[in-house]
Amino acid sequence: MKKFIGIFVFLLLVYGFLLFANPGARSAENHFNLARRIGLFGVISLGAGMLIISGGIDLSVGSVVGLSATLFAMILRGESWVGRMFVELTGTRNETVLGSYAIITVLITGMLIGSINGLLVTKVRVQAFIVTLCGLFVYRGIARWLANDTVKGLGVTHPGLKHALYSDSEMWGLLRPINRALASLHLPQVSVPVSLVIFLFLVAAAIVFLHFSVYGRYFYAIGSNERAAHYSGVATDRYKLLAYIMCSTLAAFFGILYVMQQNSAQPSDTGNFYELYAIAGAVLGGCSLRGGEGSVFGICVGTTILILLPNLTNMWGISSTLEYTVIGAALLLGAILDEVLRRFGTGRSAR
Amino acid sequence: MALSFLQAQGISKAFPGVQALQDVNLNLGRGEVLAVVGENGAGKSTLMKILGGVYRADAGTITLDDRPVHFASVDQAQKAGIVLIHQELNLAENLDIAANIFLGREPVWGGPLQLLRRRISNDAVPILERIGLDLSPRTLVANLSIGQQQMVEIARALSLQSRILIMDEPTSSLTQRETERLFEVIRDLKRGGISVLYISHRLKEVEIIADRVSVLRDGRNAGELPRSEIRHEAMVRLMVGRELKQFFQRTRADKPGSNILEVRGLRWAGPGEPVSFTLRASEVVGMAGLIGAGRTELAETIFGIRPRTAGQIRFLDKPLRVRKPIDAIRAGIYLVPEDRRTQGLVLPETVRDNIALPSLERLQFLRLVARRRERQLAEAECRNLNIRTPGIRQTVGLLSGGNQQKVVLAKWLGRAPRVLILDEPTRGVDVGAKTEIYALMDRLAAQGLAILMISSDLEEILGMSDRVLVMHEGRLAGELSRAKLNEEAIMNLATGGMDT
Repeated sequence: MKKFIGIFVFLLLVYGFLLFANPGARSAENHFNLARRIGLFGVISLGAGMLIISGGIDLSVGSVVGLSATLFAMILRGESWVGRMFVELTGTRNETVLGSYAIITVLITGMLIGSINGLLVTKVRVQAFIVTLCGLFVYRGIARWLANDTVKGLGVTHPGLKHALYSDSEMWGLLRPINRALASLHLPQVSVPVSLVIFLFLVAAAIVFLHFSVYGRYFYAIGSNERAAHYSGVATDRYKLLAYIMCSTLAAFFGILYVMQQNSAQPSDTGNFYELYAIAGAVLGGCSLRGGEGSVFGICVGTTILILLPNLTNMWGISSTLEYTVIGAALLLGAILDEVLRRFGTGRSAR
Repeated sequence: MALSFLQAQGISKAFPGVQALQDVNLNLGRGEVLAVVGENGAGKSTLMKILGGVYRADAGTITLDDRPVHFASVDQAQKAGIVLIHQELNLAENLDIAANIFLGREPVWGGPLQLLRRRISNDAVPILERIGLDLSPRTLVANLSIGQQQMVEIARALSLQSRILIMDEPTSSLTQRETERLFEVIRDLKRGGISVLYISHRLKEVEIIADRVSVLRDGRNAGELPRSEIRHEAMVRLMVGRELKQFFQRTRADKPGSNILEVRGLRWAGPGEPVSFTLRASEVVGMAGLIGAGRTELAETIFGIRPRTAGQIRFLDKPLRVRKPIDAIRAGIYLVPEDRRTQGLVLPETVRDNIALPSLERLQFLRLVARRRERQLAEAECRNLNIRTPGIRQTVGLLSGGNQQKVVLAKWLGRAPRVLILDEPTRGVDVGAKTEIYALMDRLAAQGLAILMISSDLEEILGMSDRVLVMHEGRLAGELSRAKLNEEAIMNLATGGMDT
């Protein structure tokens, strides 16, 4: 709890500084863009965070994003054997059907990748760091090989899908009242970004899962002391596997959202370094890499800080080449503060 | 008694939620061995850490040679001549003895690296001689026995020109012979004018080595015993503040109940022979043996932690396949593991979460945790087992050893046990909690449970068991009925002697 107040104060500070930067930073447009990025990157932080809480780690997130984005774009273009096979078999070129098929296929791919990672960790007992580091290379390679290393753009196809997952802020009419309220505040052309809405749905699900369900209890117990959980009859391997599957599936889902936003997938580039964003967001939000610590709310706050920081430097006119340095420094500062707070809180260690 | 040398007065120290020490006084004479005893959580270790410069006291004064001292760090305490030897040894295993003794104090420049090493080795020789460690200073620490490593720690302390040695449970992992050797060294140090503060749970050893005993209870001074009055019962009386009339309470059933658990020809990977035995209702079966005899392995195989390589387990006259702990748990066979901190408890979590963990599958509605029922279960078990905690939301890691052990028991009692396997149920548990755990075992047996109690504490085995199984090198060396039960018979079987 103390930890959480700390990062929350940090978030307020960052946001405060941002508001003071310049009118551009205060603008509704900037807020819309920030909200969109928070919603987008929150998806992978959520997956990585839940995995970290259960004591695992996934370095392959970025490559899974790259592979799933590439696969998604290719199926939508009717390319590759996965895409062609579907078109051949069903004989349809209906975009709704093809879109649904693409989403399902990509999500299943994510699940499969998560299963591979998880099984290698739980059954073969290879260290998670190594398994997913290898995954980082392997999945990126597959993406580039599949796409022959060419950019896969969508052009003007699939407008309906893009509407639903990216541009239609009405989001099945759910947001109409909110957008109307925003409009009445004389904020032109601003609405709630779809990615944020999707993220909030995921957050709600994650809160129930992690903080109210039996599974969440198991995740925390396994993350804190896997052995004791095993001795208590918890099927530790099964839940660790589940955590890896959730992480990779969310990464695949991120790939889908990302393609919708960028209108293309770059097999060699899409998702590069995103595993580090995901982990950084979770860690900034109070997840300990030792496992067993952290909360969904914390992950949200961590992700928000991570998205605000580059914007802050940008708005204060600091060279964007220093963006990574600022993020790294903030992360380090957070870790130092956490350690200092811990020491103050407990007077070194009890007995 | 020698002149007062180290004096601590009115020492107080609080940790969040616990007043570890309250107004504690301590005197140590020159060349004196003062034993500090008390139950777990009585504040012994905290007091020693304050004297050794690890913690700073909230209040109180420490004087050394009548001069007040303040230690802000271990380093400062060592410079003043006080060295604390921790219960867990702190040696660099990949370095040799000499390098460990002078670790952090190597001469800055003594020539090339080889010369430097030789110089350290030469410096180490007289110190090793003094403590009678007959080993080359070039021996790697990793190759030493625990007892020898302990000696290296003492050598290191001596090389610091220390005048006061604080030893926290120095014999907890020593063999009988190593312990005797340690005592000789302590007596020798004493003659050299060095004072020793000796912390131990093993009251028999205290009787042998201490000149004086200071007893702590609940963070306060509970009394002192001069040499002539140091006796087991006297110490226990001061430690618990009451006479322990009936340490072991065992109301035995007239005749054993029906068979509950049959183990037939059970084997696991590792040396040994197939093991067979039966547990009956309302029975406490002790399991004795030396460390490494395979008792824990047997328990873990029955519970599904270790793969079974041969044999069969029968539960209520039906075969029971146990491949994972949950298979045993669903049948009502529970294990209280040997090491509660790494196997029994999730230390950073609350008392409630720990007690509920194995029962969550019953405490749920649509896979959501039924919080009210969960709280009720935890509260009921805390009351039932008299777990002393500020509340069910207290972090388990902050409880004393005895209360932690009760939480491990509470985890299973919340799930209607049929068979309880207790692996060293009272290790590191204070006298008060021990008595309560024995009483609980008695109560559970009376309710019809079968209890298998693995223990290295012979008194406990003799006091609680209806029958005793003795293991030796991975096989069942023999079974002793109540009538034939005595210490010699158990030790004879445990060390490979023939069944008589």
